Amino acid sequence: MTFSLRGLHVPHRKNTQDQPVVRMEAPKTVVIPMAMHIGKPARPIVKVGDLVKVGTKLAEADGMVSAPIYASVSGKVTKLSDILLSSGVTAPAVVIESDGEMTPDDALSVPVIDSKESLIEAIKESGIVGLGGAGFPTHVKFNVDPARIEYLVINGAECEPYVTSDNATMVERGEDMAYALRMLSKYLGIKNAIIGIESNKKKSIASMKQLAADLSGACTLQVKELPAVYPQGGEKVLIYHTTGKVVPVGKLPIDVGCIVINCTTLATLGSYFKTGMPIVEKCVTVDGGAVKNPQNVLTPIGTSLAELFEFCGGFTEEPAKLIYGGPMMGITVPDANAPVLKNTNAVLALTEKEAKLPKTTACIRCGACTNTCPFGLAPAAIARALENKNAEQLEELMVNACMECGCCSFVCPANRPLVQNNKLAKAFLRDQKAKEGAKA
Amino acid sequence: MNNKLKLSVSPHIHSGRSTSGIMRDVLIALLPTTIAGTVIFGLRSLLVVAVCVAACVGFEALFNHIIKKEQTIGDFSAAVTGLLLALNLQANIPLWQCVVGSFFAIVVVKGLFGGIGCNPVNPAITARVFMLVAFGSMTVQAFPTIVDTVSGATPLSLGENGTMPSLLDLFLGLKGGAIGETCVAALLVGFVYLLVRRIITWHIPVAFIGTVFVCSFFMEGMSPVGALEMILCGGLFIGAIFMATDYVTSPATPKGKLIFGVGAGLITFIIRYFGVYPEGVSFAILFMNILTPYIDSWTRHKVFGVGGKKA
Repeated sequence: MTFSLRGLHVPHRKNTQDQPVVRMEAPKTVVIPMAMHIGKPARPIVKVGDLVKVGTKLAEADGMVSAPIYASVSGKVTKLSDILLSSGVTAPAVVIESDGEMTPDDALSVPVIDSKESLIEAIKESGIVGLGGAGFPTHVKFNVDPARIEYLVINGAECEPYVTSDNATMVERGEDMAYALRMLSKYLGIKNAIIGIESNKKKSIASMKQLAADLSGACTLQVKELPAVYPQGGEKVLIYHTTGKVVPVGKLPIDVGCIVINCTTLATLGSYFKTGMPIVEKCVTVDGGAVKNPQNVLTPIGTSLAELFEFCGGFTEEPAKLIYGGPMMGITVPDANAPVLKNTNAVLALTEKEAKLPKTTACIRCGACTNTCPFGLAPAAIARALENKNAEQLEELMVNACMECGCCSFVCPANRPLVQNNKLAKAFLRDQKAKEGAKA
Repeated sequence: MNNKLKLSVSPHIHSGRSTSGIMRDVLIALLPTTIAGTVIFGLRSLLVVAVCVAACVGFEALFNHIIKKEQTIGDFSAAVTGLLLALNLQANIPLWQCVVGSFFAIVVVKGLFGGIGCNPVNPAITARVFMLVAFGSMTVQAFPTIVDTVSGATPLSLGENGTMPSLLDLFLGLKGGAIGETCVAALLVGFVYLLVRRIITWHIPVAFIGTVFVCSFFMEGMSPVGALEMILCGGLFIGAIFMATDYVTSPATPKGKLIFGVGAGLITFIIRYFGVYPEGVSFAILFMNILTPYIDSWTRHKVFGVGGKKA
């Protein structure tokens, strides 16, 4: 059975494509939240007054799905308090006043890896989580029976408008990626890696083809050029278009023998394996109509967006909307002092004009939503079922298959909040299940 | 600055397509037909168009005002309904009937069911059927003013005695009938425009007209000319291209649209050959409108990752 996944041509607006990555100087202060990953927030192990260096551990992973957190600047811990993150989560954050030196921690050493167990432990210690935006702790993803891994699918699609930080990774950090691939291949027995890249990234494709040619040894890397159709980088979309495998609704990639890893996550793993420096900085695409000099900036984690925008020449006009990530799936930021997180791949400052969305009007049943949904869902019908609080119908309409890519809302001529409704519908079903569970 | 930042759930950009933009495109697509109708049936056609459009927009404005609903005439859907209704009427129709028909379309069929998007059947089609039944509107014939016509009725009701116009005359619309239904050439121009602008897909019109063609082909003793005459006559093209493709009252998915088109074609064929009315397009669309919610629920897209072979 073949399935033709639908999708969209979204405006690319990749103004920073193929510009060299610029390193930002040490910010004055960084605010490092303990919740930069999916799972339990990390547990702080420093106290106010402690002196830290770049790479000093600030917090331990707490529980199975969690990740440790490290200082991104050298200086002094000045505050430890709860902050409200844009995701709506309140979590502790460590505030460090930088001494401007960016001195690395001497205690850091190259991790000793000689088995699958020590590899997983090293990945855990690196603090690396899904850097494409998901923030899922990487060590958890790889901690599976190696026999189950048929393909390592590397996500280089980068289908969101504006964002080019993964492209920068693929162009500039091929060696780090190759290093990580060799290690993963050696200790997890991964034989086949496939990287999917949208065809509008010629430099990335050339760079990855070179890497594939140089990659001698147990692992082969296949470079797959994909049409620049949103949402090409959606996990299940990418798996289907690279391996032909269909991940059933409610299942994980590993259930069809795949592990998906973002290319920047892979490169960051590689540099950790090589140097022992955990994740303390992130390449962030700074763009949007309100930004004076859009560019890719290597930013210490915890740097405030305000400082990052300042580094990019400030604003040409008052921004109306700040976004973590791309405009299709990104999260709006209520406060310009919000910090850069591990999984921040872009920060956008949209002008009033760019941020203006059309008025919502009545559904005219044109079918654009269902005919655009990559997975063939019927968002308008889901919206009606949610309005009627009809859990049975929501299940029947498979709302839980929704990956929240936003195509439906993007195309809706009535600008109805369709994907937003899908999110509510999923939450509604979760609540219903919890209630049923409580009754039983 | 901070207190002014907008917060919203993604996506933060939009395609720019809008209901009013779509309706504007439909109006543009109907322009060639309107012009052709005016040329063929005379200036009174424009009067009928003006009265229907003004009445539909006026009734919508008034209705919204009375029930204290947000004004929706800006989406141009009432204008589309008015224009379509007019193009489905004869040029010599009494104007008061146009006003009553417009009232029926906008207030009874659309407004009372909840306005745009909520009407179960197409307002213009339903109003046309209402007028046919209530006033016998379609039986008072208008004839082309630019040619000498011999036949006294639309080709479909000629029976055995009348003369069928040539295929070219049928294609150009030089025959009796409603203002906008006769000139197939102009309707096809509109069709191409709608396809290029991606307002509609080919499925419904092709399935609808194709079904009538194939069925007529067999009924006319395997005669391609007979079948062509059958599809060029009456309101098949305007119905299939502009009325059957109304978003609100037709299925969403391509599969659903094909079922809708074939169904409408079969009903048209049956009424034309076996019914008491000479024309069946309106009834066919109306009937398929009613089936649309069911077709929609039968023909949803298959969801990715559900059932089937697990690769």
